[in-house]
Amino acid sequence: MKIRFFFYKVICIITMASCDNFVPILSENEEVLDGEMVGLTLAQQAEFLRGDEAFGEVFTSSKGLGPLFNTNSCISCHAGDGKGHPFTTLTRFGQSDNSGNQFLNVGGPQLQHRALPGYQPENIPNGATFSKFTPPAVTGLGFLQYVTDEDILAMADPNDTDGDGISGVPHWLPLKDFVIPASNAISQNGMYIHRFGKKAVAYDLLDQTVGAYNEDMGITSTFNLIDTYSGLSIDPEVSDNTIRDVVAYLQTLKAPVPRNQNDPKVINGKSLFSQINCASCHTPTLSTGYSPIETLSFKEFNPYTDLLLHDMGGDLDDGYTEGNALTSEWRTPPLWGLGLSESTQGGQYFLLHDGRAGSISEAILLHGGEAENSKNQFVNLSENEKEDLIKFLESL
Amino acid sequence: MKHIVIVILLLISTLSFAQVDTTLLKRQQVDSTKQQLNMDAVYNRPFLSFGKLPVSVGGYAEVNWQHIGTDGVSEGHQFQMRRMTLFVASSISKKIKFLSEIEFEEGGKEIAIEFASLDVEFHPLFNLRGGIIMNPIGAFNQNHDGPKWEFTDRPIAATQMLPATWSNAGFGLFGKTYKNNWMFGYELYLSSGFDDAIIDNEEGKTFLPESKENAERFVESASGTPLTTAKIAIRNKKFGEIGLSYMGGIYNTFQDDGIVLNEKRRLNVFAIDYNTTLTKINTFITGEWVWINVDTPETYTQQYGDKQYGGFLDIVHPVLKQKMLGWDNATLNLACRLEYVDWNVGTFNETGDNIGDELCSIMPAITFRPTQQTVFRLNYRIQRQTDILNNAPAKLGGFSFGISTYF
Ligand code: HEC
Ligand code: HEC
Repeated sequence: MKIRFFFYKVICIITMASCDNFVPILSENEEVLDGEMVGLTLAQQAEFLRGDEAFGEVFTSSKGLGPLFNTNSCISCHAGDGKGHPFTTLTRFGQSDNSGNQFLNVGGPQLQHRALPGYQPENIPNGATFSKFTPPAVTGLGFLQYVTDEDILAMADPNDTDGDGISGVPHWLPLKDFVIPASNAISQNGMYIHRFGKKAVAYDLLDQTVGAYNEDMGITSTFNLIDTYSGLSIDPEVSDNTIRDVVAYLQTLKAPVPRNQNDPKVINGKSLFSQINCASCHTPTLSTGYSPIETLSFKEFNPYTDLLLHDMGGDLDDGYTEGNALTSEWRTPPLWGLGLSESTQGGQYFLLHDGRAGSISEAILLHGGEAENSKNQFVNLSENEKEDLIKFLESL
Repeated sequence: MKHIVIVILLLISTLSFAQVDTTLLKRQQVDSTKQQLNMDAVYNRPFLSFGKLPVSVGGYAEVNWQHIGTDGVSEGHQFQMRRMTLFVASSISKKIKFLSEIEFEEGGKEIAIEFASLDVEFHPLFNLRGGIIMNPIGAFNQNHDGPKWEFTDRPIAATQMLPATWSNAGFGLFGKTYKNNWMFGYELYLSSGFDDAIIDNEEGKTFLPESKENAERFVESASGTPLTTAKIAIRNKKFGEIGLSYMGGIYNTFQDDGIVLNEKRRLNVFAIDYNTTLTKINTFITGEWVWINVDTPETYTQQYGDKQYGGFLDIVHPVLKQKMLGWDNATLNLACRLEYVDWNVGTFNETGDNIGDELCSIMPAITFRPTQQTVFRLNYRIQRQTDILNNAPAKLGGFSFGISTYF
C-alpha cells in the first residue's frame, strides 16, 4: 500500500513541476483584439497595465456612478476592446442640422437610459431625432491619433475635383477647453480637425475618454466637472492620473493583426477592394507623424480609413447629427479587426454605426451616397469575386 | 476588534496551559459516519475539552498551493493560507450552550465571526437560538468546514452566487425528531440581511455576496425589515437527506431617517440540497441547487439580472480504506465536482438571445484522508465562463493541492 501512496505522491510532484502544460493555452495573438503593442518601454507597459485596470473598473454609486448613466465601466461596452452589441448600444438625440443640439436642456445629446434607484432615466423627447451608436473597437487608436492633419487634408476632396463621386471632408470644430492641440495641428478659423467617434466629434483620445466617463457613466473629472443629471459642477469622481492611464492604454493597444494574408482568395479580394473604389474611403495605408511614444512615431499602418466624413446616402441618414456634420455623413470606420468583430459581439456581426447590418455584405449593400458607385460595382461582381472580397475583409 | 483579540489571547493561553499536561486534554472524536443532518454541523465538530472545564475548543485550517491559468495567462505558483477557524463551545448550564466560530481569512486580513449563538433547549423539537447565526439556505452554508470536503475551493454557486459563509445577527427556532429510519429537522430564523450593494457593486452583476462586505449588518439592518430563512430537512437511513430551504426579504434601504427613498424591493432564494451514501459501493454524493430571484429597478437594464440559478454536485468514491503509512483507518478517494452558475437568467430584450454570465466547471480530485479529520487533496479544475454577451468563454484550468484539517 505504501507503494501506491508513494506513486500518488510522485504523480503530485510531477504535475506540480509541469503545471504550465496544464493551464489552457493562450489564443494566438492575431486571434484576439486586446493586448499591448510590441516595443513599449517598461514604463509604458506599466502604464498600459494601469490603464487596462482602469478601463475595467466598475463604478458604483459610492464611487460616483450616475445618477444618470448608460453603464458602469468602459469594458462593459468595449468588451475585449472590440465592437459592442445591441445591448450596449447607446442613443444620441436632439440635433438635425448644423445649428446645434436643440434639446440640451432636456438631456441631449446622449440618452442616459439608466439611473440610480430613486432617479428617473431620460427619455427621447417628442420631436427629437435620434441615432443609435454601437460601440466601436478601440484597438490601434494610438496610430490614428498621430496621423498628421496635413495627411488628413491631403485625402480630403470636398469639391470632388477628381470626379470619382467621392468627396470626403474633415470635421472642423472648435476645441473643448481642456483639449490641447497637437504641435503640428492645422487650424482654420480657430477650428481643428476632429477624428474620433462616428461623427468625428472628438479631437483626441483624451477628449473621447473624458466624454465617456462623463456621459456614459456620470463620472466627472477635473476636465469636465459638469454632472449630466443636474447640469451643475460637482467634485471630480475620477482622478487625472486614472484618465491619463486610460488614454495611454488606448494609445498603446496593439493594432489588429491581419490573418490568412497568403490565401489566394484573400489576395484577390484585396485587389478587388481597390478596383471597386472601396479603398477611396477605406484608405488601406496611413502613416503617423511624430509621437512621443517611440513605437507610434513615423510608422506605416493599415487601418482602412481616411478619418474623413462622407455622405452615405438616405439609408444611413437617421436625421440626427453632431457638430457640423450632415445627418447623412459618417466618418469612415477603420476596417482593421473587422473579421474579429463577432468575437466580442456575442458570436454575430452587428455592423454599421447602429449595428443594423448582420453581415459584411449587408453592411456593403447599405452603402449609398458617395459610396453608391462603389456599392453598385460590388453588386455587379461575380459570386466568386464577392466571396473573395468578403474573405479579404474577414482577414483584417 | 478588541474583543476578538481578547478571545484569541485567552485561547492561546489556555492552549499553552493545556500543553503542559496533555493528559487533561480530551479529544472528542466525531464519528463522521453517524447519520446527522446538515443542521447539526455546528455541533458535529471535533472539539478538545480540558478536564472538567465546561469549555471546549477546536478549529480547522486550510493551506493551499495552486497553479491556475486563464486563457494562457497564469498567475504562477500561488501559496495560500486560505483560512484558519477557531471554534469555542461552552455549556453554560444544562440545556444552555454557547457555540462560536471565528474565521481568519487571507493571513488575518479578514477576521469574521461566522457564528456565535446561544442555544437554549426547551424540547428537542423546540430550541431557541440567538446571536450571529448562519442562515440555513442550502446545505453548504451551515456545513462549510474545509476538512469535510474533497476540494480546495468552496463551491462557486455557494460562495459566488449564494454568499457562503453567510451569517447575520438574528433569532430563531430549530428542532429535530427521529422515528425508525427517519429523521426530521426544521429551522426558522429572522435576521438582518442584504442591502443595495447586491445590485450596486464592482462585480457589475447581481451579486449577493457583496452584502458580506457590509459589516454594519451585525448592528443595523439595511432595510429595517427581517430576512426570513426557513429550512426543513428529512433524512432516511437508506435514501439520504433532502433539504428544502427558503430565504427572503426586502433588501434595499427604502427609507432612512423616516424619509422614503425608494420602493421596497424583495429578494427570494429557494434551495434544494441532497446527500446520500450509496450503501453498496460506499460512494458519497452531495449537492445543492439554488434559485435566486431579485426585484431589480427597471431603470437598471438587464445588466443586473433578476434571476439566477446554479449549484454543485460532489461525487466521492473511496477506492482504498485500510491501514496506510501507519494510519489505521486511512482512505484514498477519487472525487469529482460538477458546478454550474448562471448569474443572469434570461434573454436580451434587444436581440432575444440568451444573456451570458454563466460558468461551468468540472473538478476531478484525488484525496487522501489519514483520519476523517484531515484531508490532503489534489484537484484539477476545468472551467468555462462566459461574459454577459455570451462571447467565447474564458478558459480556466489548473491544479491545486491543499491540506485541510481540524485541530
Ligand atoms: C455605454 C457604452 C459605452 C461606454 C460605457 C464607453 N463607451 Fe466608448 N464608445 C461607445 C460608443 C457608442 C462610441 C462611439 C461614440 C461616438 O461615435 O461618438 C464609443 C467610442 C469610443 C472611442 C472612440 C473610438 C473611435 O474609433 O473613434 C474611444 C477611444 C472610447 N469609446 C473609449 C472609451 C473609454 C475610455 C470609456 C470609459 C471611460 C468608454 N469608451 C466607455 C460606447 C461606450
Ligand atoms: C464614400 C466612402 C465609402 C466607400 C466608397 C465605401 N465605404 Fe464602407 N463605409 C463608409 C462609412 C462612412 C461607413 C460607416 C457607415 C455607418 O456606420 O453607418 C462604412 C462602413 C463600412 C463597413 C462596416 C464597418 C463597421 O465597422 O461597421 C464595411 C464592412 C464597409 N464599409 C466596407 C466597404 C466596402 C467593401 C466598400 C467597397 C464596396 C466600401 N465600404 C466602400 C464609407 C465608405
